Amino acid sequence: MALEKITQVTGRGVYVPGEDIDTDRIIPARFMKCITFDGLGEFAFYDERKAADGSLKPHPLNEERYVGAKFLLSGSNFGCGSSREHAPQALYRYGFRAVIAESFAEIFFGNSITLGMPCAVMAHDDIQALAGLIESDPAILITLDLLEGKVTAADMDFPATLPPHAKEALVQGKWDAIADLLESVDEIKNVAGNLAYFKAA
Amino acid sequence: MSKTLLDKVWEAHTVRKLPNGATQLLIGTHLIHEVTSPQAFGMLRDLGLKVLYPQRTFATVDHIVPTDEREEPFSDPLADEMIKALRANCDEFNIKFFDLPTGAQGIVHIVGPEQGITQPGTTIACGDSHTSTHGAFGAIAFGIGTSQVRDVLATQTMALHKPKVRRVNVDGKLAPGVYAKDVILHIIRKLGVNGGIGYAYEYGGSTFDNFTQEERMTVCNMSIEGGARVGYVNPDDTTFDYLKGRPYAPKAEEWDAAVARWRSFASDPDATYDDVVNFRAEDIGPTITWGINPGQAIFIDENVPTPAELPEKDRATAEEALVHMNLAPGKPIKGTKVDVAFLGSCTNGRLSDLTEVARFVKGRKVKDGVKAIVVPGSQGVSQIAEKMGLAEIFRDAGFEWRGAGCSMCLGMNPDKLVGHQLCASSSNRNFKGRQGSPTGRTVLMSPIMVAAAALTGEITDAREVFDIK
Ligand code: SF4
Repeated sequence: MALEKITQVTGRGVYVPGEDIDTDRIIPARFMKCITFDGLGEFAFYDERKAADGSLKPHPLNEERYVGAKFLLSGSNFGCGSSREHAPQALYRYGFRAVIAESFAEIFFGNSITLGMPCAVMAHDDIQALAGLIESDPAILITLDLLEGKVTAADMDFPATLPPHAKEALVQGKWDAIADLLESVDEIKNVAGNLAYFKAA
Repeated sequence: MSKTLLDKVWEAHTVRKLPNGATQLLIGTHLIHEVTSPQAFGMLRDLGLKVLYPQRTFATVDHIVPTDEREEPFSDPLADEMIKALRANCDEFNIKFFDLPTGAQGIVHIVGPEQGITQPGTTIACGDSHTSTHGAFGAIAFGIGTSQVRDVLATQTMALHKPKVRRVNVDGKLAPGVYAKDVILHIIRKLGVNGGIGYAYEYGGSTFDNFTQEERMTVCNMSIEGGARVGYVNPDDTTFDYLKGRPYAPKAEEWDAAVARWRSFASDPDATYDDVVNFRAEDIGPTITWGINPGQAIFIDENVPTPAELPEKDRATAEEALVHMNLAPGKPIKGTKVDVAFLGSCTNGRLSDLTEVARFVKGRKVKDGVKAIVVPGSQGVSQIAEKMGLAEIFRDAGFEWRGAGCSMCLGMNPDKLVGHQLCASSSNRNFKGRQGSPTGRTVLMSPIMVAAAALTGEITDAREVFDIK
């Protein structure tokens, strides 16, 4: 399974402010009643974007000028809460190709990398500065360069990092582990054979 | 000899180092449910893969099952499609399914322990973040995403990075009216909702030594709410006594060897930790949340904080929380009107929770206008509770007695908050919209506090209502 080597993401951005944005907000549980991920994109941040009567609430994703954004910017502990892969799947299917935040919850981070959607950490002030650039010109192009560990927009540069293992996985096109895991079936059987509870089953 | 349980379990289950530096870790026990598995089976089919060890995966149905009208087909066609998909997948791949008619269905984190599938020294994974619950048995248990469910089905392994270990000690005796739920809410309040990122929490100290197995499960369950993907307690006689005689526990002739093996996984006395934090049991009071994440918690007799008194980084979320919860800063939370009382979930839907609460509600009545529901965590819990007469006590008091499932812990079945309703809940998440209404409000607390709220119609101190001294 040859996967794309993800070294750079370029596109426009949108800033969704807030700390501890949890997966229930990213994709409310009622939209998880599905047996494929296909239609999830339109439900990203649904309850934040729409009132009970279906009318639009003020939300960055409802603003025409941010339509088509590939970068989602937010605050700290982004993606906390449930392990639902529906959350990064919804963001990816909505059209996002990278998330930038001050920090990420662990399961969300791993799930996103497995989809080939980098989650880069930037400093609070840098995110504010970048959000300011987007606000003043939503058409501005942002580039996340994984190899250089930076984000550029207009003529500004910001350090943007991923843990080395995640960076390597993306840039080498190994972000989905399944191919590597399948290579070692003999070793798997060995290890399993040494475990009493495994043998008993 | 200076290893933690995590070190030992990790070593025993390591297959190899992957090229990107992650460990390929064998997952001994895989638990699945209807919400996060169908897409994984779909991916498996797309890749033309099989399930490598079908006998090491166990399924149940919990999130979408209705808890009142359980006749099939379910009135919600999407829910019906999901249970049918799980049935078909389990049939096709030869996986044991604790389905509704088996009498052993329930919330996945209650079924595993109850069946004796959850065992010390093992690795466990499930496409659900509260998989940390199983750590109460001295297992290393991870909540995983759907792609990893696929990985485990296909290879019985997944790619992981070894977490650091923080030892969380709680010593001393809890005051009357203070429970395991208060302990974990207090820990999260103090260490923060993201304080555990990158860590496994090893819970220890005399409070944990004296806890029952079910109390340990309540604490480990909410590790993830503190950011720690894994939480565990070292296995001891309490653990072994709980497991003995359960359907999947080792049988008589293998029992002694299993216990010896399990015991050997406990952290060595001289094990070193990446971090150690200490709490005293007597400092902990009945704890409830006032906000929209589980770390926004106070003791029942404290006032709702004013954002200005909080660290600067917490202020914006606090403002947002106060608006959503419609609570006044600087005022007591006591006396806030309650619309719904929910007793259940994988945090507090076990037999011991129901037994403890029934003791206090016996002969009393739910306040008019409050919708109070009791949802046993599994059909197993439900059957015993009915035999013990607990169901009757609850019904007589005006609680609805429901069928087993996740119910109102999240809005994937007909049990949902409506509009701005405020719910006193024994569950684990108070995120906006969590209980099915985007504007619904959740206040997390111990089961006994939920009962007190149900009887009085307001958030109140259970110690006063039930005269607990
Ligand atoms: S009871 Fe709640 S937290 Fe537990 S598995 Fe069900 S939905 Fe998740």
